[in-house]
Amino acid sequence: MTDTTPVTGVPADGRPEGAKKVASFAPALLQSTEHHLCSGCGHPVAWRILVEVLDELALVDRSIGVVGHGCYTQIITTADVEFLQCLHGRAPAVATGVKRMLPDRAVYTLQGDGDMVSEGLAEVLHIAARGESITCLMLDNGVFGDTGGQMTATTTVGQRTKTDLEGRAPGAYGYPIAVADIVATFPGVAYVARGAVDKPNAIARTRRYLRAAFESQLRGEGFSLVEILTMCPTGWAVPTDQGAEYQREQRGTVAPLGELKPRPAH
Amino acid sequence: MALDRCKGCALCVPVCQPGVLEMTTERNAKGYVLPRLLDGCTGCRACADVCPDFVFEVYRFGDVEHEAEHRQEAGR
Amino acid sequence: MKLVLRQGYDAMAAAAVDAGCRFFAGYPMLPFTGLLDAFARELPRADGVWIQADTEIEGANMALGAAATGARAATGSTGQGVALMQETIAEAALNELPLVVFTIGRGQQDYFQCTRGGGWGDYRTITLAPADVVEAAEHSALAFELADRWLTPVVVYGDHLVGFTQMTIDDSPAHEAAPAPDKPWALDGSSGGTGRSKVIWTWRQGKHNTPGPGPNVHWRTVAEKYDEVARTEARHVTYRVDDVRHLVVSFGSTGPFVDYVVDELRAEGHAIGAFRPVTLWPFPSAELAALAARCDQVLVYELNAGQMVDDVRLAVNGAVPVHSIAGVSQDESGMRQGELLGVDTMRARLLDAIGGRS
Repeated sequence: MTDTTPVTGVPADGRPEGAKKVASFAPALLQSTEHHLCSGCGHPVAWRILVEVLDELALVDRSIGVVGHGCYTQIITTADVEFLQCLHGRAPAVATGVKRMLPDRAVYTLQGDGDMVSEGLAEVLHIAARGESITCLMLDNGVFGDTGGQMTATTTVGQRTKTDLEGRAPGAYGYPIAVADIVATFPGVAYVARGAVDKPNAIARTRRYLRAAFESQLRGEGFSLVEILTMCPTGWAVPTDQGAEYQREQRGTVAPLGELKPRPAH
Repeated sequence: MALDRCKGCALCVPVCQPGVLEMTTERNAKGYVLPRLLDGCTGCRACADVCPDFVFEVYRFGDVEHEAEHRQEAGR
Repeated sequence: MKLVLRQGYDAMAAAAVDAGCRFFAGYPMLPFTGLLDAFARELPRADGVWIQADTEIEGANMALGAAATGARAATGSTGQGVALMQETIAEAALNELPLVVFTIGRGQQDYFQCTRGGGWGDYRTITLAPADVVEAAEHSALAFELADRWLTPVVVYGDHLVGFTQMTIDDSPAHEAAPAPDKPWALDGSSGGTGRSKVIWTWRQGKHNTPGPGPNVHWRTVAEKYDEVARTEARHVTYRVDDVRHLVVSFGSTGPFVDYVVDELRAEGHAIGAFRPVTLWPFPSAELAALAARCDQVLVYELNAGQMVDDVRLAVNGAVPVHSIAGVSQDESGMRQGELLGVDTMRARLLDAIGGRS
């Protein structure tokens, strides 16, 4: 049925007569919409698209998430899928053990940049080089949020962190490491992409990257990695409404968005 | 809009395509400033996409063509 | 009964696979490498998984992941390598995951590591210390049973001698290992979407719909579990202690050497006997205390600067004197026990301690 009268607006609450719902408050897979993450944090947006992709691909009852240590770890208290919370940086190794025993499940890691690139650099590089059929997901905000906002190995030059409020200076701290770009060069790696959650079209693209990564794993193509730039206005010491712009201008400068290594042609 | 869980980050305001969201000076029980929805929502769901606190539930009237007309009218 | 000559490494790996081990990940380091290789040979017949990890930490974490799926999984290294795995072992303990760790040491200097651990929190690891190939094979099966029974890491502490020696063992089909218990906590994805999906987490706070006990209650519960293990799982053997006055305490490969010298000294009229803890943790304290109380002294013969002697002193509790009469002893390569693991040297030291003449 088509309504041809001009749309004049909808009430702030209550289901409008004759309207179709196009977005629910939250995915049904989240047992609670309450969380302790800061105002303006990008992680919950990433949580949302992750569980929605798991649902779309019918992986809810055949996936296991191996989750590192960070603010994002709270997902394990709310998302209705199986999780194994593991040591800082070690998720790719733990996920390998899980996947080798349960090869037909979707096994993925969920790690921050501090977890994966600072503490766990050896793990992610080795497991990518081995071409293990797991999907590593990195929520990258360039800070150790959970411990107060210190610098990590992905903090960009000039980015403010608690470690140096003047911004990262190469003379003192060197340069960030772009793990996604590195593993994209490995032969056993099937799919690598870098997305972001700062605006709707980026979120839509990131959702497609996640879908592609899981499909790649299910097809047995090899290792996959999706990095997702997320906002941390608290760690960056910016007002929340400037978080998205700060991410685009400061965080997105070094590492290109997009599919760094597309799936193999079939 | 489940404003009780809004944390006042204001990320919804700049992404709203018809520009019908604006921040107020009202606060919820947690003390966060709240947005307000004006007339003219097209149901594009950009606000729901970017919100970290699951504040928005979005409904859409009519068909795609009709919405495109409305977006043109709204000038965004 | 079918007797065959088998090397320790092979016997251990075969026994583990017979007992249901289906995953092994490790990193080469002498003298553990022989066991890593033996698992590579044994696992394929059971469709098991073997991975040479790129680091010890990765190997231990891979095994932890495998254990979380309910599989009987193991890792291992030398003491130097297991040192790197300490956080992972503590993590397994506080997650209550059954992880078996084969520490094939370069001697006996890893007693503290095996029994105190270098991880974090209130945890213990059941530690089995085989004296020879036969016991090593038994322990390699028992470790998985104990790990599953108590949901804890279990260490099998062997050494170069236990690994390299070839010994005659019974190669009949393995005694019927108790089948692995049900593991309702194990992950396989299937509880996703049910509203009661599982989460394995050392903080054990659970999920919104299915809250857990939280760290305080959980860690206390784990500690109480280890108290129960201590009450029920201590194992030891004694040798010629009927009228013992001088009790020699040793562990692992040192045991058979002590028994040999005890026989010699008994033949010369000395009232000497041996006590060997088979579980280094839980240490058989009550049994040692009872025996020591009727002796003149306790002599500790271990090839390190004095590690087990702490547990001996705790057990004996001042009832009789306790003396360490061995010490650090490695061969020139540093990879194996040295001169103190020899019956002549041992005899001289024991005679000196019991006041006799060589």
